[in-house]
Amino acid sequence: MLDRRQFLAATALAGITSGLAPTAAMTQTTSISTNARIVIIGAGAAGTALANRLVRRLDGASITIIDPRANHLYQPGLTLVAAGLKPAEYVVSETTDWLPSDVSLVTEAVVAVDAVSRTVDTADGQSHSYDWLVVAPGLVLDHDAIEGFSLDMVGQNGIGALYAGPEYAARTWQAASQFIEEGGVGLFTRPATEMKCAGAPLKHTFLIEDLAQKAGNRSRMNFVYAAPQGSLFGVPIVAEKVRMLFGERDISPVYSYTLKSIDAGRKRATFITPSGDAEMAYDYLHVVPPQRAPDFVLESDLPWEDRWVGQGWLEVDPSTLQHRRYPNVFAVGDVAGVPKGKTAASVKWQVPVVEDHLVAAIDGRDGTEVYNGYTSCPLITRVGRAMLVEFDYQNNLVPSFPGVIAPLEELWISWLMKEVALKATYNAMLRGRA
Amino acid sequence: MKELTFGTLIAVFEEIFGRGLFWAMVAIAVLVTLAYLFVLIRDRSVSWKKFLLAQLSMPVGAVLAVLFVQGMTDSSFADIGGPVDVIILLGIALVGAIGMAILVYTLEALIGSRRTAGFRTG
Repeated sequence: MLDRRQFLAATALAGITSGLAPTAAMTQTTSISTNARIVIIGAGAAGTALANRLVRRLDGASITIIDPRANHLYQPGLTLVAAGLKPAEYVVSETTDWLPSDVSLVTEAVVAVDAVSRTVDTADGQSHSYDWLVVAPGLVLDHDAIEGFSLDMVGQNGIGALYAGPEYAARTWQAASQFIEEGGVGLFTRPATEMKCAGAPLKHTFLIEDLAQKAGNRSRMNFVYAAPQGSLFGVPIVAEKVRMLFGERDISPVYSYTLKSIDAGRKRATFITPSGDAEMAYDYLHVVPPQRAPDFVLESDLPWEDRWVGQGWLEVDPSTLQHRRYPNVFAVGDVAGVPKGKTAASVKWQVPVVEDHLVAAIDGRDGTEVYNGYTSCPLITRVGRAMLVEFDYQNNLVPSFPGVIAPLEELWISWLMKEVALKATYNAMLRGRA
Repeated sequence: MKELTFGTLIAVFEEIFGRGLFWAMVAIAVLVTLAYLFVLIRDRSVSWKKFLLAQLSMPVGAVLAVLFVQGMTDSSFADIGGPVDVIILLGIALVGAIGMAILVYTLEALIGSRRTAGFRTG
């Protein structure tokens, strides 16, 4: 009986999930014969989804995927773990769970890429030659850039850092829940660099504030959100909405504040501001460190030279994600040098585009798919409510359900998507089926 | 939103519940529906006696469906934020009500009380 109700409830959710299930290029299922050697660096969301799609499109290709990490992380779940809503295991699976059997997995770290001689060197001293290269290693969280901070501090003395992984997200919740019990000043930060999911620091702030309200302790707490930028979000219309919500929720924003160092013993954080360094006391501090490409990317000839200097994002065409100087190289996911685009939703839309252009190039044709910068952020504002914000390169809102699910309204339906359908859609994407 | 195929939707549901549970639920749903059709054909008409209890069970199904979804998703009635949320809530309740009614009607017809079971005693 329960099963039937579950099924019926699921059927009711069909309409909800459909918005998260759009897909490009699913219709192109014809495969071509080739003996091309393809190397994919990274078995995260982008590398895995692409590998699963490529094996269906390419008959006879040799596909090698290189990633030293045994665990696959469902990173969109980290905000839920850091708010005590899901256990750490919620985001963890095995890398090998998702990979097709006919690709070879090399569990070594990449140490160098030579785009001229077309080789990828791994830490075990092996050199892997390629005809086509897909760079999808994700990015590096530069925790060392925050003076006085190290990851072993997370969870104690009021320090949280949910980006650092499932274990740290769970420890972040330990620190945050103590803050909710004891009250004081909550200081929420974000970095000056490009970052993955720019909504996550906001979500964490909103969730902890909501849980504090529900715990009846809100009057004993102050919330401060410190942004290095001049606004709260990269898309102006969303930034304004968040600014208004912060006003309603009594969360004080400070702008042009970049976290520089912390003194964990005294519970003080120092920020770089236009008028010199400024110190702020905290009882809870959420650290989001600067982010950059992995070392082997920075040391290669692949990054932009004149944009995002020092961050190392790959110089790719924003519409096709093909490298502008090395046409046999593509980037997908966080490492791609395109504006916005560092989310799982971006990956979902980027992967079919890269698949199309890569398969077409192998076949001697031109691809037709275009990536318009689409990304989405179920911007959680309370436990139980979210805004389904979707936008493109031009900062246009591109709602999947115009007139039905309003992008700038805090809705239960948007929360349901995040909570129930998002991981499912993500997993389907990994398997190349969404 | 570019394209939504039936296959994608199936893939998403398989991931929500796990492949085994999802198809087990589909099988149960199909079985109950077939049993319902069997009962209708066997009895050659809707039995209003059975339908009464089925109707009475509908609010229970509606409430259970809503509570089930809320329980699964850490949310409550306070999270209703706009018209579309009310529509979704009513939709979930409606589906729960209809599902429960069909289930109760069918169970009654197949294994129910002497008052309502089977056409001989009905």
